[in-house]
Amino acid sequence: MPPVLSVKDLSVSMNGTRGMVPVLEHLSFDVAQGKTMALVGESGCGKSMTALAIMQLLPEDFHVTSGSILLDGVEVLSASPKELRSLRGNKMSMIFQEPMTALNPLYTVGDQIGEVLRQHRGLSRRDAHTQAIQFLKAVQIPAADKRVDAYPHQLSGGMRQRVMIAMALACKPKLLIADEPTTALDVTVQAQIFDLLSELQDDTDTAIVLITHDLGAVAELADDVAVLYAGRCIEQRAAHEIIARARHPYTRGLMACVPHLQLGRMSNHASAELDEIPGMVPPLGARGPDCAFLPRCAFAGDICRAQPQPPLERIDAGAAVSCWRHQEIAP
Amino acid sequence: MNLALHILRQVANAVGLLVAVLVLNFCLIHAAPGDPALVIAGEMGGASADVIAALRVKYGLDKSLIEQLFTYLGSVATGDFGYSYYFNAPVTGLIAQRIPATLYLVLSALAISVVIGTLLGVVSARKPNGLFSQGVTVISLAGYAAPVFWTGLMLLLLFGSVWPILPVTGMTDVARPKVGFAHVVDILQHLVLPATTLALVFIAQYSRLARVNMIDALTADYVRTARAKGLPEFVVIGKHALRNTLIPIVTVAGLQFGHLFAGAVLVETVFSWPGMGRLVFESILRRDYPTLLAVLFFSAVLVMAANIVTDLVYRLVDPRIRSGAR
Repeated sequence: MPPVLSVKDLSVSMNGTRGMVPVLEHLSFDVAQGKTMALVGESGCGKSMTALAIMQLLPEDFHVTSGSILLDGVEVLSASPKELRSLRGNKMSMIFQEPMTALNPLYTVGDQIGEVLRQHRGLSRRDAHTQAIQFLKAVQIPAADKRVDAYPHQLSGGMRQRVMIAMALACKPKLLIADEPTTALDVTVQAQIFDLLSELQDDTDTAIVLITHDLGAVAELADDVAVLYAGRCIEQRAAHEIIARARHPYTRGLMACVPHLQLGRMSNHASAELDEIPGMVPPLGARGPDCAFLPRCAFAGDICRAQPQPPLERIDAGAAVSCWRHQEIAP
Repeated sequence: MNLALHILRQVANAVGLLVAVLVLNFCLIHAAPGDPALVIAGEMGGASADVIAALRVKYGLDKSLIEQLFTYLGSVATGDFGYSYYFNAPVTGLIAQRIPATLYLVLSALAISVVIGTLLGVVSARKPNGLFSQGVTVISLAGYAAPVFWTGLMLLLLFGSVWPILPVTGMTDVARPKVGFAHVVDILQHLVLPATTLALVFIAQYSRLARVNMIDALTADYVRTARAKGLPEFVVIGKHALRNTLIPIVTVAGLQFGHLFAGAVLVETVFSWPGMGRLVFESILRRDYPTLLAVLFFSAVLVMAANIVTDLVYRLVDPRIRSGAR
């Protein structure tokens, strides 16, 4: 079966004062029905731009410069505004990081959920309202028939994100993009939201692109992972393998940054110290052909300095890495 | 909070303020130079000192200021605003005659400026650096910078002599019927120029305000969400962005109501519009204290009423205020 979403060689640039600055370079990945692809990386590495490029909602000054995005066989990049409108909210939908600002403060949540159904399903106002209650129940909002008439400011952060999820899934999309859906929420609520997403995915068979820097969530929810660094994909593999078999020094660094609770260990034990990756992601416009991770890499050798960043190299089934020394690092 | 209770509180506040307005205006006017008895004497073609003294006694001007103030407050409390020296008529009747004309003028100027200003601002926000947007900015600034009486005089010249298609003075045509539809059309035709003149100043402000807020709204997350839902652009802008843009406009429109009155004084004078503005002008010239005080008082009443209405509209637009969340 063809994948629901197929991104090939996608590049995005920003039209800056000094010409086109690459933001995302040659990204490729597929997501199959019912599967979850996680895009992982630090802030500023191009995760959100990927999401917005798929939705064709890139901010002004940002443009797709090459590549192809196939959604259920339809080329999104060449779709007319009208075709895009019929895709958005219908075949693909998105939930955003900040559920307070992503919902319009002046309309009830019922109205905002119903709006999607009125637009894409042609439901009447009354039917859309009834359906909205059903969707609020589906995302486990208590007293849904009352909350449907609540305004966003009357709900908690977690509830608002549930409303966003209800809104995104109202038309049973083929693809759901979740852009850091839990970053703005309490830790306990984060787990609930991930559980909810996972349950809903089981019911609807929606393909999910999950953008996150929560590696715990990746392990729990994702089938595949693409690690992005400075606008380039540097490693891709199955999610359950990423912790044990990561090859790229950056991925390994990210793994080491995750705190682990282990019973019976003393605080003076080496593993009690949390690792960090020194330095920062190079800013836009300061990225040359060299490996972007080079200045921060503990494993950098002569070959890394002499050669440009290698392309993603397929290493085993479903896994690829972009590093000159990956075999030495993790044989 | 309970809406009725809220309105009641607003009204109570307004009443307190109105008393303050009365006292303050009374003191201010008496602090200003000029003696009404002398003015009346002048109108009479001159009078002896005895006659002037008699006039003072007749109008209570011989009493102490405090006494005059309390006499005045007492009669205002019974709805009696005194007797106009100049118009030789009870002030309450004068005001009742003039208020409708001023309300027509001020409300239509407000409607024109809010609607056109918002539209211009919204359209220019679509392309903030485009030609249309810059044109609106320039015209806005010109409209804002030009004194309202000058704009009025220019329009009066243009439509009075160069291109005489609109009536330039008064509120009605003597020759036309005073009843029915024809009367309404007559008033509307006379209203065009004064209302446009008064609106021009405010169009500038609302278009700037709408433009800035619309640009903000268009980059807001909820607008991105609306687009991500696949809504057509007119719903994204007309529903999601516009209503958020209206909040500051409603606020400013409420605050501007007082300025509109101030503008109306000049516009009514230029176009001989028979409203309260002209009454102010005439009563200042004639030192007609009772009339002036009453006009100022009723202007304050209207401004406070406007503020209460603004507050209610605000609640209608923004649910966060309704529930007291902000």
